[in-house]
Order: sequence, then structure tokens, then C-alpha cells
Amino acid sequence: MSAKIDTALPLEYQTEQNRMNILGFWIFLGAEIVLFATLFGVYGVLGHRHAGGPMQQDLFIIKDVMIQTMLLLTSSFTMGIAIFEMRRHQLKGMLVWLVITLLLGGGFLYMEIQEFTHYVHQGATMQTSAFLSSFFVLLGTHGLHVTLGIGWAVLLIIQLLQRGLTPVTARKTFIIGLYWHFLDVVWIFIFTFVYLAGLVS
Amino acid sequence: MGINWSEFFVTGDPLILASQIAIVLTSVGAVAALTYFKKWKWLWKDWLTTVDHKKIGILYILVGILMFFRGGVDGLMMRAQTSVPENTFLDAQHYNEVFTTHGVVMILFVAMPLLIGVMNFVVPLQIGARDVAFPQLNALSFWLTFSGAMLFNISFVIGGSPDAGWTSYFPLAGKEFSPGIGNNFYAVALQIAGAGTLMSGINFVVTILKMRIKGMTMLKMPMFTWTSFITSIIIVASFPIFTVALALMTFDRIFGTHFFTISGGGMDMLWANLFWLWGHPEVYIVVLPAFGILSEVISTFARKTLYGYKSMVISITLIAVLSMLVWVHHFFTMGNSSAANSFFSITTMMIAIPTGVKVFNWLFTMRKGRIKFTTAMLWALAFVPNFVIGGVTGVMLAMAAADYQYHNTLFLVAHFHYVLIPGVVFPLFAAFYYWWPKMFGYILNEKIGKWHFWLFTIGFNLTFMPMFFLGLDGAVRRAYTYSEETGFGPLMLTSAIGAIILAAGFAVLVYNIYWSARYADRNISNDPWDARTLEWATASPVQHYNFAVLPEVKSLDAFWHMKKNNEIKTLNEDEIEEIHMPSNTWIPFYMGNVFLVAGFFLVFEWTIAAAIASIGIFAGLIFRSFDYDEGFHVHKDEIIKTESSWRNVGKGVKNHVS
Repeated sequence: MSAKIDTALPLEYQTEQNRMNILGFWIFLGAEIVLFATLFGVYGVLGHRHAGGPMQQDLFIIKDVMIQTMLLLTSSFTMGIAIFEMRRHQLKGMLVWLVITLLLGGGFLYMEIQEFTHYVHQGATMQTSAFLSSFFVLLGTHGLHVTLGIGWAVLLIIQLLQRGLTPVTARKTFIIGLYWHFLDVVWIFIFTFVYLAGLVS
Repeated sequence: MGINWSEFFVTGDPLILASQIAIVLTSVGAVAALTYFKKWKWLWKDWLTTVDHKKIGILYILVGILMFFRGGVDGLMMRAQTSVPENTFLDAQHYNEVFTTHGVVMILFVAMPLLIGVMNFVVPLQIGARDVAFPQLNALSFWLTFSGAMLFNISFVIGGSPDAGWTSYFPLAGKEFSPGIGNNFYAVALQIAGAGTLMSGINFVVTILKMRIKGMTMLKMPMFTWTSFITSIIIVASFPIFTVALALMTFDRIFGTHFFTISGGGMDMLWANLFWLWGHPEVYIVVLPAFGILSEVISTFARKTLYGYKSMVISITLIAVLSMLVWVHHFFTMGNSSAANSFFSITTMMIAIPTGVKVFNWLFTMRKGRIKFTTAMLWALAFVPNFVIGGVTGVMLAMAAADYQYHNTLFLVAHFHYVLIPGVVFPLFAAFYYWWPKMFGYILNEKIGKWHFWLFTIGFNLTFMPMFFLGLDGAVRRAYTYSEETGFGPLMLTSAIGAIILAAGFAVLVYNIYWSARYADRNISNDPWDARTLEWATASPVQHYNFAVLPEVKSLDAFWHMKKNNEIKTLNEDEIEEIHMPSNTWIPFYMGNVFLVAGFFLVFEWTIAAAIASIGIFAGLIFRSFDYDEGFHVHKDEIIKTESSWRNVGKGVKNHVS
């Protein structure tokens, strides 16, 4: 709890409280992995139970999903650049890349909502079949995480503008970076096991 | 939103009407008392907004004891109903509600808060820290647990209790067969409390990894800290599964999805699997810290270092791993392949190995020790034979083929009560007697404590031992009555009499707390048991910053060695530095309240109201994000004043155990 600052380390690791927060967040991500693993397990069990409703091949449009994937993967890359700029103590560059990340994330989210509305208009709702229940809840949980991440990052950008780069704001930015990359990893699994596997089955 | 207002309050049952009146009177009484004694400010400053791990621990314990009362009354009602054949004290529906809430309350709102409470109080002191890693998050954990408990408990007066068993198996728990809102209380209240528990798990993993005092390597940690650490890891690994299971239940019940339904391709066995994927580790979440408590108590009162420390650590780690691999043994009879049943049979039996190692370690710790028969030690001693009965019948149940005979009978009920009461409740009582002086500065009366001990243990055996035989004779669990021809009557009556004795034991504990709070000797030393770990090195009750100067640790049982080697230093005023502490905060308390309100709306399926209330949740999160409170520093003068008030005043020599 002491406020000793070790300037030899990167900004976000300089205080003991910061180091604890970052470790705590890694452990939280561990819990998130269990959460998504359970949802993937549920989808694995229910994904082929269509109950006479539409199947994966009837719904998925690979082009749109591909664009979503590229948007989110790119946003992970730009988030990495933002953290790189933070390490160089370039507040302005960091903010620019953070905003680009959020725009890409927002684009992803827009496309996902479009996709969901499209499905619902086709009569494929989460009440239709076990497959669609598990599909919407798995994807929806990921989408909700992206939404919360965007809201959280906006709060952080305001704080960065107010306070500049301090050990505390740097730690907060670093942690949201971890979170963003994690969502990207989850998406890669969704892309592979939900979309690609669904289209070839 | 088609709510039938005439069914909003549960009506028509004199027992429930009496409870409703009692709740109103108690609430009015509490508000009046706080106002009359001008205690609102004290309540707000010292308790509702506190981030002190010791106070949060005490709050958890308070909630646990209150809920113990509630769960206990449920248990007594069940025993009363089944005491004689064809009894009409409770009808089938009321009986279903009572056994459901008894199970949920006892596991999630008694065992969990009491153990997390003890962890909160003890772990930072044992590792020589001044608080947990995230004090505000810790307060949030408590308030979420509290609001989950309150939401669950109002179900019996408003809206109706859940009635599908604590396991809430589908399809029974689904909308089709349980159309009321009772099971919504289950899904939503446990979700809120579970979120709090998950945060506690993360908090304690980081606290134990990062905040240990200088010199305390992992293998010099006290055993209670070790078990708390492993427990926290199991929490992080298993609670998200419960989060998902409950969320899917909520979706099925409120939004019409098809995860567990019979129609639409849903799969009811998926619920059973998800529930026990969390539920079995949960058993070890409650039992491992209890094992840690026993290790501390036995080692202290046998006056020996814990035997086989490393094998203890290996055992609890193995138990943690195996706990994730046994869940199917809860439903051997529900259509698995024989290969699956064999696998889970074997993994289940394997758990007996590390557990056996632990039992032998405790026995060897006591061997040739100069045992002091304090009340705390009596609980630990009674644990061994009683728990072994529970463990051995567990191995019987683990044989899948034999389980077809035992499944769903009172034999199973007797088994898990023989595991959970000696394995969790006895150690918790030991923890109360053992750490009470550290929490409050006085010892719980040992003589009344022994009444508590004998009544409770005798009552416990009288209640549950007959159930083994009833179960073998074919008495099924969760049946609200039975006919005279079954011949269950005499043993059922014995069990009911046992339950009264058990309840009398609990009443004696409550009386002991009252008596000791009023009359117990306050002039006790900081180390009344001549104990071995660091929490006894500081004042009783513990000052808010825990340690004026952080000691350095060289070995296991650090405090014991300090005493033996005369290394306890008198306070050197030059060594004292300002201490940085976290500030109080209203946010966790506020969050608990908005979660309660939003959860309540969700239970009643008023989704728009729930969405509006959850704006309050986001408001709290945003406020927290902009809160840059840096905490405060305790000044040197204050530390010197506090320290000199308990050191060197002649209290340190008085030993209360002979």
C-alpha cells in the first residue's frame, strides 16, 4: 500500500498497487476464460439442435463476418500501438490510436447489430431453437463485452485528457488493453468454431 | 408486465403472516433504536462505508449467523413435518419451498459468508498485511453477497419462494413446470451473490500472492492462508460456470430461450452438468478453508507444529484439481454411459486419498502433544470421527452401481450432512471460539461453550444418524410425508428430537455471545491461547492498521518462534513510520442497493424497470472510475498512542488457558 515509485519500470508497473491491479486483472481474465469456455461448451452441445428452424448455412454470410473479423483484429493491433505510444510517453499519439481503436470497435459492433437484426427479420430469434439461443447468448456476451469496453475506454480517454499520463492512468490504459486483446482472442474462437465450422458442417 | 397484484404478497399461511409481521416490527424497531441512540452516523461511518478487512469480515459473519437462524428454522420445520406419519403441519408445496430455501441458504448464505468472513478477518493478519489487495472491491463483494441474501430471503413473503430444490433441476425449474416467479428469485439472487464471491476470490489470490510479509515464502504461510489461497483459485475457476448457468436459466425463464427446456431442442441434462460443474467444486470451496481452520486450532492446542505441512499443501492442491473432475457422481442414475460412470466413480474415490492424508496429519499433530481441551479444540476433536463417517459413506456413494440403491434417499441426505456439518460448521464454531478474542477483545465463555458443544454434537448425531438407516430402508428425500405402514415413524421422531437438541445448541451459542459481550473479562492478553501465527502478535481487538511495524518472518509458526527465541521487540518509536491506509467509500454500499432494486425488478420480470434501475449500476461504475481517492496516512503520534495503550500494561502476561 506504500506509494513507493520505481521509475526503472514502465509507467504502469511503477507502484505496488499498480502491479497488484494488473495481476488481479489477469486473474479476472482467467475467470472470463472459464465464462466463455462454458458458453462455447453450451454452443457445442446445442449448436446442432435446430428444432426445425434455420441452420448455420441458412444464416451466416461469410463476407460480412470476414469484415467484422478484420475490423476487430485491426482494432487489437491499433490498441497495441496505443500502448506502445504510452510506453514512449506520447500522450497525443496514444489518444489518437485509442480513438482509432474505438472507431474500429464501434464499426464491429455496428455490423454485429446489423447481423442480428437481419437474422431476427428472417425469423431466427433466440426463442426459435436451442441452436439460436446458444448462438445469440454466446455472441451477445462477446458483443456486450465490446460495448462495455468502448464505454470504459471513453471514460479513460476523458481521464487521460484531464490528468495526462500518470502511473494510475497508465495502469488503467494498460488494463483495458489487456481486456481488448482478450476480446479479440475470444472472437477468433467464435469465428473459427461458430462461423467457419458452421458453414462447413 | 402482467403482474397479479393480489399475489404480490404471499398470503393465506399463518406462519408466513407471522413472519411478515415480525419483519415489519423488527425493521421499525431497528430504525427506532438507531434513531433513539443516535447511532446512524456510527452505522454509516464505521460499518456501511468501511473498507477495513476486519470489519467486512465481521459483517460477513453477522450475515452468516442471521442466515443460519433462517436456514435452521427451515430445517426444524422439515423435521417437525416428518416427525410423525401423515403429518399436516406443512403441505407439499410449502415443504418443497422449505427444503429448497434450506439448501440454498445453508450453502450460499451461511457456509460461504461465514468462511469468507473468517478469511477476510484472518488472512491479511496471518500474512502480515494491512488490508487486502483491493479494499474497495472487498467491500463491494460483501454488499453484493448481502443484497443477494436479502433478495433471496424476501421471496418467502413477497412473490413466493423457489420450490425446485437447491439444485433446481430442469425441466422442473423451467417456466413450464414452475410458472410462478419463485425460481426467478433463485436465478437472480444467486447471480448477484455469486458475482460478489468471484470478486472475493480474485482479491484473495492477489492478496496472498503479493502482500505477504518479508520472509514469508509460500511454504512458510500458515495452513489457513494456504487453504484460503487454494479456495480462492477454485472460486475463480468454478464460479463463472455458475454465472453462465444462472444466466441461461434466467434467459429460459424470462426471455423464452431453449437452453434447458424440453421443447425447441433444449437439453435438461445440460443444466445438471453445468450446475454440478460449479456445485462440486463449491463443496470444496466451503470445506477447504474449514480444513485450514482445523489445522490452526489443532496445532495451537496440541502445542506442536502441524505434522506433514508439505503433504497438507499437496493434498489440498490435489483436492482442488480432483474437485473439478467428479461432478457426474451427483447423477450416476440419470442416463450416463457405464464408461462415464466408471470414470467418475474412480475420480470420486481418489478424493478420499488426499483427504485421508489430511486426517492422519491432524491425528499425528495431536500425537504426543500436550492437548488443551478448550472449546475450540473440542470442535476440532469432534470433527475427526464425525467427518470420517461422512467421508466413508461418501466412498460408498461413489460406487456407481451401489449408488442406484442410495440415490435420492435419506442415506444421501445423512451423508452430506455428515460431511458439511462436521466439515464446515464444527470448524466454523472452532474459529469463533479461537479468533473471537482477536475480533472483539474478549473470550467467549468456555463453560457455556462446552454446553454449546455437547448439545450441538449430540443433537447433530441424533438428527442425522437415523437417516442413514431410514435411507437404507427406502425413505426418499424431499418427500413431505410418509404412511404409517412404512415403519419410518420411530426413527423420524428420533431425528426430530435430535433437531430440537441441535437447535438448543445453537441457541446456547447465541446466549454465549450475549453473555460474553456483557460480562466477559476484557483484561486479556493479545495472545490468550499461546498461539503460533502472526495475527496473535498484534493487539486484541486489532487496531485498524493491523501492525505498527511489520515483523519479519523466518519460519513456519513465525510468532511461536519469536516467542521461544525472545525475539519480540519492544516498540522502538524511531522505527514507526506513517502508515498509508485506504479511505472509506459509499460506492459499494450504494452498488449493493441498486443491484438489489434492479434484481427485484428482474425477478418480477419487469424488464423495463430493471433496465432503468441498472442505469444506477452504471452510474456507480462511472463514479468509481473518476474517483482518484488516494487514501490517508495514519500519523506517528496516533500510532504511538494506540500502541502504548495495549503494550506494556501488564496485560500481555495473563494467560487464560490453563
